[in-house]
Amino acid sequence: MSQHRSVSQLSAATVWQLRRKASRWLPRMFLHILLLAGGSVVVLPFAWMITTSLKPLKLTYSPPYLFPTHFEWHNYVIAWKAAPFLRFYLNTTIMTVCIVTGQLMLCSMAAYAFARLRFPGRDLLFLVFLGTMMVPFHVTLIPSYLIIHRLGWIDTYQALIVPRLVSAFGIFLLRQYFLTIPTELDEAALLDGCSRLGVLWRIILPLSQPALSALAIFSFLFAWNDFLWPLIVTNDPLMRTIQLGLAMFQGKYGTRWTYLMAGTVTATIPGIIVFLVGQKRFIEGIALTGLKG
Amino acid sequence: MMVHLTTTSRRLRNRWRRGDLPAAVVCLLPAAIIFGTFNIFPILYSGYLSLLEWDGLSAVREYVGLRNYVELLSSHDLWNSLRVTVYYMSGVTVLGIAAGLVVALALNKGTRALPFYRAVYFTPVVTSTVAAAVVWKYLFDPGSGFVNVFLRSIGIHAPNWLSSPVWAMPAVILLGVWKRLGFNMVIYLAGLQSIPGEFYDAAKVDGAGSWARFRYVTLPLLTPVTLLLVIMSVIDSFLVFDQIFVMTNGGPLQSTEVIGFLLYRYAFRYFELGYASSIGWVIFAVIFVITLAQWRLFGFGREVRV
Repeated sequence: MSQHRSVSQLSAATVWQLRRKASRWLPRMFLHILLLAGGSVVVLPFAWMITTSLKPLKLTYSPPYLFPTHFEWHNYVIAWKAAPFLRFYLNTTIMTVCIVTGQLMLCSMAAYAFARLRFPGRDLLFLVFLGTMMVPFHVTLIPSYLIIHRLGWIDTYQALIVPRLVSAFGIFLLRQYFLTIPTELDEAALLDGCSRLGVLWRIILPLSQPALSALAIFSFLFAWNDFLWPLIVTNDPLMRTIQLGLAMFQGKYGTRWTYLMAGTVTATIPGIIVFLVGQKRFIEGIALTGLKG
Repeated sequence: MMVHLTTTSRRLRNRWRRGDLPAAVVCLLPAAIIFGTFNIFPILYSGYLSLLEWDGLSAVREYVGLRNYVELLSSHDLWNSLRVTVYYMSGVTVLGIAAGLVVALALNKGTRALPFYRAVYFTPVVTSTVAAAVVWKYLFDPGSGFVNVFLRSIGIHAPNWLSSPVWAMPAVILLGVWKRLGFNMVIYLAGLQSIPGEFYDAAKVDGAGSWARFRYVTLPLLTPVTLLLVIMSVIDSFLVFDQIFVMTNGGPLQSTEVIGFLLYRYAFRYFELGYASSIGWVIFAVIFVITLAQWRLFGFGREVRV
């Protein structure tokens, strides 16, 4: 009898435990199902793009839609032959490398001047830079185009690069970060005979890795994905960037979807790889610029 | 973002100050030249251009005073584009923020898979708009696009999305929401993580259920984040261009001709640079009003949010 009772007690306890576990796990399961469902919708265009890019042309309009079963790599060869994607890659890479390098150098120098140096008119100049962030790109678009035209820079790398070597955003991002570094460090370095640019190079920059890498990633994605400015300052197909080349390719091969999607995958991959590699830094950077002050 | 306008330590040494000016000149000169040439001068130049009638090439530039503005403000094109832009802006802002909040709330329950989901939802944000628009254009293809294939398979008669003046904009808005959701989610997640757990404990002690805790604790404490996201989303979507260029070219029947596209059309298809510049200033005026509203909401004190 007593044994029976203890067994039933035990099982009651187990049932209770199981129920408690279930009440904790069921909402979690539900959450995961919700997140996965939403995630699938978000991923769907990518799956569709990749699957289509690997289908034979004659199967364009038939299933499968979301998971590749054919692997027609030849589509990529045709896309790359139909439009000079290699050249587009080269142009975009040259442009992006120069813009990212320039942003890191010029913005950190300007940010250092605003954060650490004392000179007349500093706060006014800073406010001017700050104020221009409010002016939308559309206002400066036409005059900038005319300046580029006057300089004879249409269809050149300079036109794609020089106007975007500095950004008010980059200067603010870095200045804000530099202000969090204790001034005692650079004062000590100055007493030891270090020059001001030496302070920037040896002390400020090494301590600002998170802000610098956030700016690098931001300006990489900005340059790689930019469309309107390259559209306006280039006419020559050989000077097109990858995004521009894709848009033109789309105009020409609008209905041959398999090749078009192969071109689109080509244009998309580098940006996504950079994001996935620098994901943590990038999201920290967004929080750094978006919320904290 | 917020920027402190506080100056650095005022107790700086004389020695430190004496060498500052030359160093500042070296540090600021390259940035100032580029910025002056391609940002500050163009702003002034654009104001002047908007008073001209000029195609940008010919020697004839006629000074017309405010005529461009008068014509613009009485044109159908401008009011149509403003209506279309506000439609796009409201759609992307409302849907994008609601969806971002839902995903952030789900992720905030603490799952070990957070980095995975975050990467999934964030990838569209970093995908180029042009590439995304090309794919979405195909998704909405009336014959073979996935959207209509799917809708047909469940027995729904689907519209011919991008050639319909009614359905083209909703399709463009969906792309906008897809691209923006992840950004809203990341900012909301940061906001959620800054709410102290004690608030929820206190609400529980008072007998608040999970809906009440959301309604009376989470939502009010997220208000500043929501306002920030609304303003960022409003400004960004007011300036939308790339996806319109690729997906609809402003059509059909100007039903997706947002104001940025109107400016592009007048400047780089008709070469009416003066008229197009005046459109630029209308855009600036709207952004300026939004920014002022933002300063009022957040306060323009020691910190400025841009």
